[in-house]
Amino acid sequence: MNTATEIAYLVAAASFILGLRMLGSPETARHGNLLSAFGMSLAALVTFFGDEMENYGWVLFGIVIGAVVGVVAARLVEMTAMPEMVALFNGSGGAASLFLGWVVHLSTSPNFFTASTVIMAVFIGGTTFTGSLVAWAKLRELTLAGKRLGGAYTFPGQRAINMGVLIIALLGGVVYAADSSGSVAAGGLAVGILLSLLFGILLVVPIGGADMPVVIAVLNSLSGLAACAAGFAVENAILVVAGALVGASGFILTTVMCKSMNRTLVNVFAGGFGATGGGAGTVVDGVVQPIMAEDAYYLLEAADSVVIVPGYGLAVAQAQHVVREMSDLLEKSGADVRYAIHPVAGRMPGHMNVLLAEANVPYDVLAEMDDINPVMGTVDVCLVVGANDVVNPAARDDECSPIYGMPIIDVDRARIVIVLKRSMGTGFAGISNPLFFRSNTRMLFGDAKTSLQQVVSEFKD
Amino acid sequence: MIDDWFPLALVLLLSIFLGYELISKVPSTLHTPLMSGSNAISGITLIGAISAAGAAHNSGFSQVLAVLAVALATVNVVGGYVVTNRMLGMFKKKEREGDLS
Repeated sequence: MNTATEIAYLVAAASFILGLRMLGSPETARHGNLLSAFGMSLAALVTFFGDEMENYGWVLFGIVIGAVVGVVAARLVEMTAMPEMVALFNGSGGAASLFLGWVVHLSTSPNFFTASTVIMAVFIGGTTFTGSLVAWAKLRELTLAGKRLGGAYTFPGQRAINMGVLIIALLGGVVYAADSSGSVAAGGLAVGILLSLLFGILLVVPIGGADMPVVIAVLNSLSGLAACAAGFAVENAILVVAGALVGASGFILTTVMCKSMNRTLVNVFAGGFGATGGGAGTVVDGVVQPIMAEDAYYLLEAADSVVIVPGYGLAVAQAQHVVREMSDLLEKSGADVRYAIHPVAGRMPGHMNVLLAEANVPYDVLAEMDDINPVMGTVDVCLVVGANDVVNPAARDDECSPIYGMPIIDVDRARIVIVLKRSMGTGFAGISNPLFFRSNTRMLFGDAKTSLQQVVSEFKD
Repeated sequence: MIDDWFPLALVLLLSIFLGYELISKVPSTLHTPLMSGSNAISGITLIGAISAAGAAHNSGFSQVLAVLAVALATVNVVGGYVVTNRMLGMFKKKEREGDLS
Protein backbone atom coordinates (compact mmCIF):
# COMPACT_ATOMS: atom_id res chain seq x y z
CA MET A 1 0.00 0.00 0.00
CA ASN A 2 1.55 3.33 -0.99
CA THR A 3 1.29 6.63 0.81
CA ALA A 4 -1.28 8.11 -1.57
CA THR A 5 -3.59 5.16 -0.91
CA GLU A 6 -3.11 5.49 2.82
CA ILE A 7 -3.95 9.19 2.74
CA ALA A 8 -7.03 8.50 0.62
CA TYR A 9 -8.19 5.89 3.17
CA LEU A 10 -7.76 8.42 5.96
CA VAL A 11 -9.87 10.93 4.04
CA ALA A 12 -12.47 8.22 3.42
CA ALA A 13 -12.62 7.33 7.12
CA ALA A 14 -13.06 11.02 7.99
CA SER A 15 -15.85 11.29 5.41
CA PHE A 16 -17.73 8.36 6.93
CA ILE A 17 -17.46 9.82 10.41
CA LEU A 18 -18.44 13.35 9.39
CA GLY A 19 -21.14 12.00 7.09
CA LEU A 20 -22.74 10.05 9.93
CA ARG A 21 -22.52 13.10 12.14
CA MET A 22 -24.31 15.18 9.52
CA LEU A 23 -27.04 12.55 9.35
CA GLY A 24 -27.96 13.77 12.83
CA SER A 25 -29.97 16.71 11.52
CA PRO A 26 -32.47 16.86 8.64
CA GLU A 27 -30.84 20.04 7.37
CA THR A 28 -27.42 18.51 6.83
CA ALA A 29 -28.38 14.86 6.33
CA ARG A 30 -28.39 14.87 2.55
CA HIS A 31 -24.95 16.43 2.34
CA GLY A 32 -23.74 13.99 4.96
CA ASN A 33 -24.83 11.07 2.83
CA LEU A 34 -23.12 12.56 -0.23
CA LEU A 35 -19.93 13.12 1.77
CA SER A 36 -19.99 9.51 2.88
CA ALA A 37 -20.54 8.40 -0.74
CA PHE A 38 -17.61 10.57 -1.79
CA GLY A 39 -15.39 8.87 0.78
CA MET A 40 -16.42 5.46 -0.47
CA SER A 41 -15.81 6.39 -4.12
CA LEU A 42 -12.40 7.79 -3.26
CA ALA A 43 -11.40 4.65 -1.38
CA ALA A 44 -12.64 2.45 -4.24
CA LEU A 45 -10.80 4.53 -6.86
CA VAL A 46 -7.41 4.51 -5.16
CA THR A 47 -7.75 0.79 -4.55
CA PHE A 48 -8.63 0.24 -8.19
CA PHE A 49 -5.60 2.19 -9.39
CA GLY A 50 -3.34 0.76 -6.67
CA ASP A 51 0.06 -0.87 -7.16
CA GLU A 52 -0.96 -4.49 -6.85
CA MET A 53 -3.78 -4.42 -9.36
CA GLU A 54 -3.59 -6.66 -12.40
CA ASN A 55 -7.04 -7.83 -13.47
CA TYR A 56 -8.76 -4.53 -14.20
CA GLY A 57 -11.28 -6.10 -16.55
CA TRP A 58 -12.73 -8.50 -14.02
CA VAL A 59 -12.97 -5.88 -11.30
CA LEU A 60 -14.65 -3.42 -13.63
CA PHE A 61 -17.08 -6.11 -14.73
CA GLY A 62 -18.11 -6.76 -11.12
CA ILE A 63 -18.44 -3.06 -10.34
CA VAL A 64 -20.55 -2.30 -13.41
CA ILE A 65 -22.96 -5.19 -12.78
CA GLY A 66 -23.28 -4.27 -9.10
CA ALA A 67 -23.77 -0.57 -9.79
CA VAL A 68 -26.48 -1.15 -12.39
CA VAL A 69 -28.40 -3.51 -10.10
CA GLY A 70 -27.98 -1.13 -7.15
CA VAL A 71 -29.12 1.99 -8.99
CA VAL A 72 -32.12 0.35 -10.62
CA ALA A 73 -33.28 -1.22 -7.35
CA ALA A 74 -32.79 2.00 -5.39
CA ARG A 75 -34.70 4.11 -7.88
CA LEU A 76 -37.64 1.80 -8.40
CA VAL A 77 -38.36 0.81 -4.80
CA GLU A 78 -41.57 2.09 -3.22
CA MET A 79 -41.12 3.89 0.09
CA THR A 80 -43.43 1.39 1.80
CA ALA A 81 -41.09 -1.41 0.62
CA MET A 82 -38.00 0.21 2.14
CA PRO A 83 -37.50 -2.51 4.79
CA GLU A 84 -37.30 -5.21 2.11
CA MET A 85 -34.82 -3.13 0.13
CA VAL A 86 -32.57 -2.55 3.13
CA ALA A 87 -32.77 -6.27 3.95
CA LEU A 88 -31.60 -7.18 0.44
CA PHE A 89 -28.76 -4.66 0.49
CA ASN A 90 -27.70 -5.99 3.89
CA GLY A 91 -27.77 -9.50 2.50
CA SER A 92 -25.58 -8.62 -0.47
CA GLY A 93 -23.06 -6.93 1.82
CA GLY A 94 -23.02 -10.01 4.05
CA ALA A 95 -22.50 -12.32 1.08
CA ALA A 96 -19.64 -10.12 -0.13
CA SER A 97 -17.89 -10.50 3.24
CA LEU A 98 -18.41 -14.26 3.13
CA PHE A 99 -16.84 -14.51 -0.34
CA LEU A 100 -13.98 -12.20 0.57
CA GLY A 101 -13.15 -14.33 3.61
CA TRP A 102 -13.23 -17.41 1.43
CA VAL A 103 -10.88 -15.84 -1.12
CA VAL A 104 -8.41 -14.94 1.62
CA HIS A 105 -8.44 -18.59 2.66
CA LEU A 106 -7.85 -19.80 -0.90
CA SER A 107 -5.16 -17.34 -1.92
CA THR A 108 -3.01 -17.08 1.21
CA SER A 109 -1.91 -19.38 3.98
CA PRO A 110 -3.23 -17.42 6.95
CA ASN A 111 -1.71 -17.62 10.42
CA PHE A 112 -3.87 -18.40 13.48
CA PHE A 113 -5.08 -14.86 14.01
CA THR A 114 -5.92 -14.18 10.35
CA ALA A 115 -7.58 -17.56 10.06
CA SER A 116 -9.83 -16.77 13.02
CA THR A 117 -10.88 -13.52 11.39
CA VAL A 118 -11.47 -15.31 8.08
CA ILE A 119 -13.82 -17.75 9.73
CA MET A 120 -15.60 -14.89 11.50
CA ALA A 121 -16.07 -12.93 8.28
CA VAL A 122 -17.41 -16.06 6.65
CA PHE A 123 -19.71 -16.95 9.51
CA ILE A 124 -21.15 -13.49 10.21
CA GLY A 125 -21.37 -12.74 6.48
CA GLY A 126 -23.19 -16.01 5.77
CA THR A 127 -25.62 -15.50 8.65
CA THR A 128 -26.35 -11.97 7.46
CA PHE A 129 -26.88 -13.24 3.91
CA THR A 130 -29.48 -15.95 4.54
CA GLY A 131 -31.01 -14.09 7.49
CA SER A 132 -31.63 -11.11 5.23
CA LEU A 133 -33.15 -13.29 2.53
CA VAL A 134 -35.58 -14.84 5.01
CA ALA A 135 -36.40 -11.37 6.39
CA TRP A 136 -37.00 -10.15 2.85
CA ALA A 137 -39.33 -13.08 2.08
CA LYS A 138 -41.26 -12.43 5.29
CA LEU A 139 -41.58 -8.71 4.64
CA ARG A 140 -42.76 -9.37 1.09
CA GLU A 141 -45.22 -11.90 2.54
CA LEU A 142 -44.23 -14.44 -0.09
CA THR A 143 -45.94 -17.79 -0.06
CA LEU A 144 -44.02 -21.01 0.33
CA ALA A 145 -45.78 -24.32 -0.33
CA GLY A 146 -49.15 -22.63 0.01
CA LYS A 147 -48.23 -21.07 3.35
CA ARG A 148 -47.89 -17.35 3.73
CA LEU A 149 -44.56 -16.31 5.15
CA GLY A 150 -44.44 -13.33 7.45
CA GLY A 151 -45.55 -14.96 10.66
CA ALA A 152 -43.37 -16.33 13.41
CA TYR A 153 -42.62 -20.05 13.19
CA THR A 154 -41.58 -21.79 16.31
CA PHE A 155 -41.06 -25.48 16.87
CA PRO A 156 -40.14 -27.56 19.89
CA GLY A 157 -36.44 -27.66 20.71
CA GLN A 158 -35.77 -24.59 18.58
CA ARG A 159 -33.39 -22.99 21.04
CA ALA A 160 -31.48 -26.24 21.55
CA ILE A 161 -31.10 -26.69 17.79
CA ASN A 162 -29.90 -23.11 17.31
CA MET A 163 -27.41 -23.52 20.13
CA GLY A 164 -26.24 -26.83 18.67
CA VAL A 165 -25.67 -25.29 15.25
CA LEU A 166 -23.75 -22.42 16.80
CA ILE A 167 -21.54 -24.77 18.86
CA ILE A 168 -20.74 -27.05 15.90
CA ALA A 169 -19.93 -23.97 13.79
CA LEU A 170 -17.66 -22.72 16.56
CA LEU A 171 -15.87 -26.08 16.71
CA GLY A 172 -15.50 -26.03 12.91
CA GLY A 173 -14.01 -22.56 13.23
CA VAL A 174 -11.54 -23.64 15.90
CA VAL A 175 -10.47 -26.65 13.82
CA TYR A 176 -9.99 -24.38 10.85
CA ALA A 177 -8.10 -21.63 12.67
CA ALA A 178 -5.81 -24.05 14.52
CA ASP A 179 -4.36 -25.40 11.28
CA SER A 180 -5.63 -23.37 8.35
CA SER A 181 -3.44 -25.04 5.74
CA GLY A 182 -3.74 -28.58 7.05
CA SER A 183 -5.85 -31.36 5.59
CA VAL A 184 -8.84 -30.87 7.88
CA ALA A 185 -8.89 -27.09 7.40
CA ALA A 186 -10.97 -27.13 4.23
CA GLY A 187 -13.51 -29.30 6.04
CA GLY A 188 -13.65 -26.89 8.96
CA LEU A 189 -14.22 -23.96 6.64
CA ALA A 190 -16.88 -25.84 4.68
CA VAL A 191 -18.70 -26.63 7.93
CA GLY A 192 -18.44 -22.97 8.88
CA ILE A 193 -19.90 -21.79 5.57
CA LEU A 194 -22.79 -24.26 5.49
CA LEU A 195 -23.72 -23.75 9.12
CA SER A 196 -23.56 -19.97 8.81
CA LEU A 197 -26.10 -20.14 5.99
CA LEU A 198 -28.27 -22.48 8.04
CA PHE A 199 -27.93 -20.35 11.17
CA GLY A 200 -29.12 -17.22 9.35
CA ILE A 201 -32.31 -19.03 8.40
CA LEU A 202 -32.86 -20.51 11.87
CA LEU A 203 -32.28 -17.12 13.48
CA VAL A 204 -34.96 -15.25 11.54
CA VAL A 205 -37.59 -17.98 11.05
CA PRO A 206 -39.09 -17.70 14.58
CA ILE A 207 -39.49 -13.92 14.29
CA GLY A 208 -42.39 -12.25 12.59
CA GLY A 209 -44.94 -9.50 12.50
CA ALA A 210 -44.23 -6.55 14.74
CA ASP A 211 -40.72 -7.78 15.59
CA MET A 212 -39.41 -7.43 12.05
CA PRO A 213 -37.94 -3.92 12.60
CA VAL A 214 -35.68 -5.44 15.26
CA VAL A 215 -34.51 -8.12 12.85
CA ILE A 216 -33.58 -5.57 10.21
CA ALA A 217 -31.64 -3.54 12.76
CA VAL A 218 -29.78 -6.65 13.96
CA LEU A 219 -28.92 -7.69 10.40
CA ASN A 220 -27.71 -4.15 9.75
CA SER A 221 -25.40 -4.46 12.71
CA LEU A 222 -24.20 -7.91 11.61
CA SER A 223 -23.38 -6.71 8.09
CA GLY A 224 -21.10 -4.10 9.68
CA LEU A 225 -19.44 -6.67 11.91
CA ALA A 226 -18.90 -8.96 8.93
CA ALA A 227 -17.14 -6.13 7.10
CA CYS A 228 -15.08 -5.56 10.24
CA ALA A 229 -13.98 -9.18 10.41
CA ALA A 230 -13.16 -9.10 6.69
CA GLY A 231 -11.06 -6.01 7.40
CA PHE A 232 -8.99 -7.98 9.89
CA ALA A 233 -8.66 -10.83 7.39
CA VAL A 234 -7.28 -8.59 4.65
CA GLU A 235 -5.51 -6.35 7.20
CA ASN A 236 -7.14 -3.15 6.04
CA ALA A 237 -8.05 -0.61 8.72
CA ILE A 238 -10.60 1.23 6.58
CA LEU A 239 -12.82 -1.86 6.60
CA VAL A 240 -12.47 -2.12 10.35
CA VAL A 241 -13.41 1.52 10.93
CA ALA A 242 -16.40 1.55 8.57
CA GLY A 243 -17.60 -1.87 9.72
CA ALA A 244 -17.43 -0.87 13.38
CA LEU A 245 -19.38 2.34 12.74
CA VAL A 246 -22.16 0.35 11.10
CA GLY A 247 -22.05 -2.32 13.76
CA ALA A 248 -22.55 0.34 16.44
CA SER A 249 -25.33 2.01 14.45
CA GLY A 250 -27.25 -1.24 14.04
CA PHE A 251 -26.78 -1.99 17.71
CA ILE A 252 -28.26 1.35 18.78
CA LEU A 253 -31.24 0.99 16.45
CA THR A 254 -31.80 -2.53 17.79
CA THR A 255 -31.84 -1.21 21.35
CA VAL A 256 -34.20 1.64 20.44
CA MET A 257 -36.67 -0.72 18.76
CA CYS A 258 -36.57 -3.24 21.61
CA LYS A 259 -37.18 -0.51 24.19
CA SER A 260 -40.07 0.98 22.21
CA MET A 261 -41.73 -2.41 22.06
CA ASN A 262 -40.95 -3.27 25.64
CA ARG A 263 -39.16 -6.43 24.57
CA THR A 264 -35.70 -7.77 25.22
CA LEU A 265 -33.50 -8.96 22.39
CA VAL A 266 -33.51 -12.51 23.78
CA ASN A 267 -37.27 -12.33 23.92
CA VAL A 268 -37.47 -11.29 20.27
CA PHE A 269 -35.17 -14.05 19.07
CA ALA A 270 -36.98 -16.67 21.09
CA GLY A 271 -39.78 -15.81 18.71
CA GLY A 272 -43.53 -15.66 18.47
CA PHE A 273 -44.82 -12.18 19.14
CA GLY A 274 -47.85 -12.41 21.38
CA ALA A 275 -47.22 -16.13 21.72
CA THR A 276 -45.71 -15.53 25.12
CA GLY A 277 -49.13 -15.80 26.74
CA GLY A 278 -50.72 -13.31 29.09
CA GLY A 279 -54.00 -13.07 27.15
CA ALA A 280 -55.51 -9.82 26.06
CA GLY A 281 -55.32 -8.00 29.39
CA THR A 282 -58.22 -6.71 31.41
CA VAL A 283 -61.25 -6.71 29.17
CA VAL A 284 -62.84 -3.30 29.13
CA ASP A 285 -66.52 -2.80 28.64
CA GLY A 286 -68.22 0.48 28.19
CA VAL A 287 -69.93 2.78 25.83
CA VAL A 288 -68.18 3.99 22.73
CA GLN A 289 -69.17 7.32 21.27
CA PRO A 290 -69.30 7.04 17.50
CA ILE A 291 -69.32 10.23 15.43
CA MET A 292 -69.73 11.13 11.78
CA ALA A 293 -67.21 12.91 9.55
CA GLU A 294 -69.24 16.08 9.90
CA ASP A 295 -68.92 16.01 13.72
CA ALA A 296 -65.18 15.40 13.37
CA TYR A 297 -64.98 18.45 11.15
CA TYR A 298 -66.68 20.65 13.78
CA LEU A 299 -64.32 19.39 16.49
CA LEU A 300 -61.24 19.95 14.34
CA GLU A 301 -62.42 23.30 13.04
CA ALA A 302 -62.79 24.62 16.58
CA ALA A 303 -59.39 23.36 17.73
CA ASP A 304 -56.34 25.56 18.22
CA SER A 305 -53.91 22.72 18.47
CA VAL A 306 -54.18 19.37 16.71
CA VAL A 307 -51.90 16.37 16.99
CA ILE A 308 -52.12 13.62 14.39
CA VAL A 309 -50.89 10.17 15.43
CA PRO A 310 -50.27 8.06 12.34
CA GLY A 311 -49.74 4.31 12.40
CA TYR A 312 -48.76 1.99 9.62
CA GLY A 313 -52.46 1.52 8.85
CA LEU A 314 -52.33 5.02 7.41
CA ALA A 315 -49.74 3.95 4.85
CA VAL A 316 -51.63 0.74 4.09
CA ALA A 317 -54.71 2.84 3.30
CA GLN A 318 -52.46 5.18 1.24
CA ALA A 319 -53.97 8.05 3.20
CA GLN A 320 -50.77 10.10 3.76
CA HIS A 321 -51.69 12.62 1.09
CA VAL A 322 -55.23 13.25 2.31
CA VAL A 323 -53.91 13.65 5.87
CA ARG A 324 -51.48 16.25 4.59
CA GLU A 325 -54.28 18.00 2.72
CA MET A 326 -56.34 18.11 5.90
CA SER A 327 -53.49 19.42 8.02
CA ASP A 328 -52.86 22.17 5.46
CA LEU A 329 -56.51 23.22 5.73
CA LEU A 330 -56.31 23.16 9.53
CA GLU A 331 -53.23 25.34 9.48
CA LYS A 332 -54.92 27.76 7.13
CA SER A 333 -57.74 28.13 9.62
CA GLY A 334 -55.18 29.00 12.27
CA ALA A 335 -54.62 25.73 14.12
CA ASP A 336 -51.23 24.46 15.20
CA VAL A 337 -50.77 20.99 13.67
CA ARG A 338 -48.15 18.46 14.64
CA TYR A 339 -47.59 14.78 13.99
CA ALA A 340 -46.63 12.53 16.88
CA ILE A 341 -44.63 9.55 15.70
CA HIS A 342 -44.10 6.44 17.81
CA PRO A 343 -40.73 4.78 17.21
CA VAL A 344 -42.40 1.57 16.04
CA ALA A 345 -44.92 3.26 13.72
CA GLY A 346 -44.01 1.65 10.43
CA ARG A 347 -42.10 -1.40 9.39
CA MET A 348 -38.57 -0.29 10.23
CA PRO A 349 -37.04 2.35 12.54
CA GLY A 350 -38.12 5.82 11.41
CA HIS A 351 -40.21 4.45 8.55
CA MET A 352 -43.31 6.59 9.21
CA ASN A 353 -41.27 9.79 8.94
CA VAL A 354 -40.14 8.81 5.46
CA LEU A 355 -43.69 7.96 4.40
CA LEU A 356 -44.92 11.35 5.63
CA ALA A 357 -41.99 13.15 4.02
CA GLU A 358 -42.96 11.48 0.76
CA ALA A 359 -46.41 13.06 1.14
CA ASN A 360 -44.71 16.47 1.53
CA VAL A 361 -45.25 16.75 5.27
CA PRO A 362 -42.42 19.07 6.42
CA TYR A 363 -40.08 17.47 8.95
CA ASP A 364 -40.34 20.27 11.50
CA VAL A 365 -43.94 19.31 12.36
CA LEU A 366 -42.93 15.70 13.07
CA ALA A 367 -42.62 15.29 16.85
CA GLU A 368 -41.04 12.40 18.71
CA MET A 369 -42.99 10.56 21.38
CA ASP A 370 -40.87 11.87 24.26
CA ASP A 371 -41.29 15.48 23.12
CA ILE A 372 -45.03 15.40 22.57
CA ASN A 373 -46.14 13.48 25.67
CA PRO A 374 -45.39 16.23 28.24
CA VAL A 375 -47.54 18.74 26.31
CA MET A 376 -50.34 16.35 25.39
CA GLY A 377 -52.59 17.87 28.08
CA THR A 378 -52.67 21.17 26.20
CA VAL A 379 -53.73 19.61 22.90
CA ASP A 380 -57.33 20.27 21.84
CA VAL A 381 -57.86 17.41 19.40
CA CYS A 382 -55.76 14.32 18.89
CA LEU A 383 -56.47 12.40 15.72
CA VAL A 384 -55.42 8.73 15.72
CA VAL A 385 -55.14 7.26 12.22
CA GLY A 386 -54.20 3.63 11.75
CA ALA A 387 -52.47 3.31 15.12
CA ASN A 388 -53.73 1.13 17.95
CA ASP A 389 -51.30 -0.55 20.34
CA VAL A 390 -48.96 2.46 20.46
CA VAL A 391 -51.77 4.63 21.89
CA ASN A 392 -53.22 1.99 24.21
CA PRO A 393 -53.33 3.41 27.76
CA ALA A 394 -53.40 -0.17 29.09
CA ALA A 395 -49.65 -0.24 28.38
CA ARG A 396 -49.33 2.47 31.02
CA ASP A 397 -52.06 1.58 33.51
CA ASP A 398 -53.06 -2.10 33.29
CA GLU A 399 -50.51 -4.47 34.79
CA CYS A 400 -52.37 -7.46 33.33
CA SER A 401 -51.98 -6.22 29.78
CA PRO A 402 -49.41 -8.09 27.68
CA ILE A 403 -48.06 -4.74 26.47
CA TYR A 404 -47.79 -3.29 29.99
CA GLY A 405 -44.65 -1.16 30.22
CA MET A 406 -44.42 -0.40 26.53
CA PRO A 407 -43.97 3.35 26.01
CA ILE A 408 -47.01 4.90 24.36
CA ILE A 409 -48.16 8.22 23.03
CA ASP A 410 -50.49 9.58 25.72
CA VAL A 411 -53.31 10.54 23.37
CA ASP A 412 -55.91 9.99 26.10
CA ARG A 413 -54.57 13.11 27.86
CA ALA A 414 -55.67 15.36 25.01
CA ARG A 415 -59.01 17.14 25.47
CA ILE A 416 -60.66 15.19 22.66
CA VAL A 417 -59.35 12.08 20.91
CA ILE A 418 -60.77 11.10 17.54
CA VAL A 419 -59.91 7.53 16.59
CA LEU A 420 -60.29 6.53 12.96
CA LYS A 421 -60.97 2.83 12.85
CA ARG A 422 -62.57 0.33 10.54
CA SER A 423 -64.54 -1.48 13.27
CA MET A 424 -64.35 -2.31 16.96
CA GLY A 425 -62.00 -5.27 16.39
CA THR A 426 -58.86 -5.54 18.53
CA GLY A 427 -55.52 -4.46 17.09
CA PHE A 428 -52.73 -6.36 15.43
CA ALA A 429 -51.73 -8.14 18.62
CA GLY A 430 -55.33 -8.83 19.69
CA ILE A 431 -55.10 -6.66 22.80
CA SER A 432 -58.16 -4.78 24.02
CA ASN A 433 -57.83 -1.02 24.06
CA PRO A 434 -59.57 0.96 26.84
CA LEU A 435 -58.89 4.19 24.93
CA PHE A 436 -62.00 3.55 22.83
CA PHE A 437 -64.23 3.73 25.90
CA ARG A 438 -62.86 6.91 27.45
CA SER A 439 -65.25 9.80 27.91
CA ASN A 440 -63.06 12.11 25.80
CA THR A 441 -62.77 9.61 22.93
CA ARG A 442 -64.85 9.78 19.76
CA MET A 443 -64.82 6.93 17.26
CA LEU A 444 -65.01 7.70 13.57
CA PHE A 445 -65.71 4.32 12.00
CA GLY A 446 -64.96 3.44 8.41
CA ASP A 447 -62.10 3.35 5.97
CA ALA A 448 -59.49 5.89 7.14
CA LYS A 449 -58.93 7.39 3.72
CA THR A 450 -62.66 7.79 2.96
CA SER A 451 -63.34 9.33 6.38
CA LEU A 452 -60.51 11.82 5.96
CA GLN A 453 -61.69 12.72 2.49
CA GLN A 454 -65.14 13.44 3.93
CA VAL A 455 -63.61 15.70 6.60
CA VAL A 456 -61.58 17.51 3.94
CA SER A 457 -64.65 18.08 1.79
CA GLU A 458 -66.47 19.50 4.84
CA PHE A 459 -63.62 21.99 5.18
CA LYS A 460 -63.94 23.01 1.57
CA ASP A 461 -67.69 23.60 1.73
CA MET B 1 5.95 -6.49 22.28
CA ILE B 2 3.09 -5.45 20.07
CA ASP B 3 1.79 -7.94 17.52
CA ASP B 4 0.33 -7.16 14.09
CA TRP B 5 -3.21 -7.50 15.29
CA PHE B 6 -2.94 -4.93 18.03
CA PRO B 7 -3.21 -1.67 16.02
CA LEU B 8 -6.28 -2.99 14.19
CA ALA B 9 -7.89 -4.12 17.43
CA LEU B 10 -7.31 -0.66 18.87
CA VAL B 11 -8.87 0.92 15.77
CA LEU B 12 -11.85 -1.41 16.19
CA LEU B 13 -12.33 -0.48 19.82
CA LEU B 14 -12.15 3.25 19.20
CA SER B 15 -14.44 3.05 16.15
CA ILE B 16 -17.12 1.21 18.11
CA PHE B 17 -17.16 3.87 20.80
CA LEU B 18 -17.08 6.65 18.22
CA GLY B 19 -19.91 5.04 16.28
CA TYR B 20 -21.98 4.69 19.42
CA GLU B 21 -21.53 8.37 20.30
CA LEU B 22 -22.24 9.54 16.73
CA ILE B 23 -25.36 7.46 16.19
CA SER B 24 -26.84 8.20 19.62
CA LYS B 25 -27.30 11.79 18.47
CA VAL B 26 -29.36 10.90 15.39
CA PRO B 27 -33.08 11.69 16.02
CA SER B 28 -35.60 8.93 15.34
CA THR B 29 -37.03 11.01 12.49
CA LEU B 30 -33.93 10.07 10.51
CA HIS B 31 -33.55 6.45 11.58
CA THR B 32 -34.56 4.98 8.22
CA PRO B 33 -32.10 7.05 6.16
CA LEU B 34 -29.50 6.41 8.88
CA MET B 35 -30.03 2.70 8.47
CA SER B 36 -29.84 2.70 4.69
CA GLY B 37 -26.92 5.14 4.71
CA SER B 38 -24.92 3.12 7.23
CA ASN B 39 -25.92 0.04 5.27
CA ALA B 40 -24.14 1.56 2.29
CA ILE B 41 -21.04 2.10 4.44
CA SER B 42 -21.08 -1.57 5.40
CA GLY B 43 -20.42 -2.26 1.72
CA ILE B 44 -16.84 -1.16 2.51
CA THR B 45 -16.01 -4.83 1.93
CA LEU B 46 -15.82 -3.58 -1.67
CA ILE B 47 -12.33 -2.21 -0.97
CA GLY B 48 -11.03 -5.60 0.11
CA ALA B 49 -12.90 -7.29 -2.73
CA ILE B 50 -11.37 -5.01 -5.38
CA SER B 51 -7.87 -5.82 -4.12
CA ALA B 52 -8.64 -9.52 -4.04
CA ALA B 53 -10.23 -9.63 -7.49
CA GLY B 54 -7.46 -7.52 -8.98
CA ALA B 55 -4.62 -9.64 -7.62
CA ALA B 56 -2.65 -11.64 -10.14
CA HIS B 57 -2.25 -14.94 -8.33
CA ASN B 58 -5.86 -16.10 -8.11
CA SER B 59 -6.98 -19.51 -9.22
CA GLY B 60 -10.09 -19.75 -11.37
CA PHE B 61 -12.43 -20.47 -8.48
CA SER B 62 -11.14 -17.81 -6.14
CA GLN B 63 -11.28 -15.32 -9.02
CA VAL B 64 -14.99 -16.09 -9.44
CA LEU B 65 -15.56 -15.66 -5.71
CA ALA B 66 -13.67 -12.37 -5.66
CA VAL B 67 -15.58 -10.93 -8.62
CA LEU B 68 -18.84 -12.01 -6.99
CA ALA B 69 -17.74 -10.22 -3.83
CA VAL B 70 -17.02 -7.07 -5.86
CA ALA B 71 -20.44 -7.17 -7.54
CA LEU B 72 -22.38 -7.86 -4.33
CA ALA B 73 -20.53 -5.21 -2.34
CA THR B 74 -21.13 -2.70 -5.13
CA VAL B 75 -24.88 -3.43 -5.05
CA ASN B 76 -24.74 -2.70 -1.32
CA VAL B 77 -22.73 0.50 -1.68
CA VAL B 78 -24.36 2.06 -4.73
CA GLY B 79 -27.92 0.98 -3.91
CA GLY B 80 -27.55 2.11 -0.32
CA TYR B 81 -26.30 5.59 -1.16
CA VAL B 82 -28.78 6.17 -3.99
CA VAL B 83 -31.82 5.12 -1.99
CA THR B 84 -30.69 7.20 1.01
CA ASN B 85 -30.22 10.23 -1.19
CA ARG B 86 -33.68 9.67 -2.66
CA MET B 87 -35.26 9.51 0.78
CA LEU B 88 -33.42 12.52 2.19
CA GLY B 89 -34.45 14.53 -0.87
CA MET B 90 -38.04 14.21 0.35
CA PHE B 91 -37.35 15.70 3.78
CA LYS B 92 -38.35 19.33 3.44
CA LYS B 93 -38.62 22.19 5.84
CA LYS B 94 -41.85 24.05 6.26
CA GLU B 95 -42.33 26.95 3.87
CA ARG B 96 -43.79 29.77 5.87
CA GLU B 97 -45.83 32.17 3.82
CA GLY B 98 -45.28 35.79 4.77
CA ASP B 99 -42.51 34.88 7.18
CA LEU B 100 -40.89 38.25 7.81
CA SER B 101 -38.33 37.31 10.43
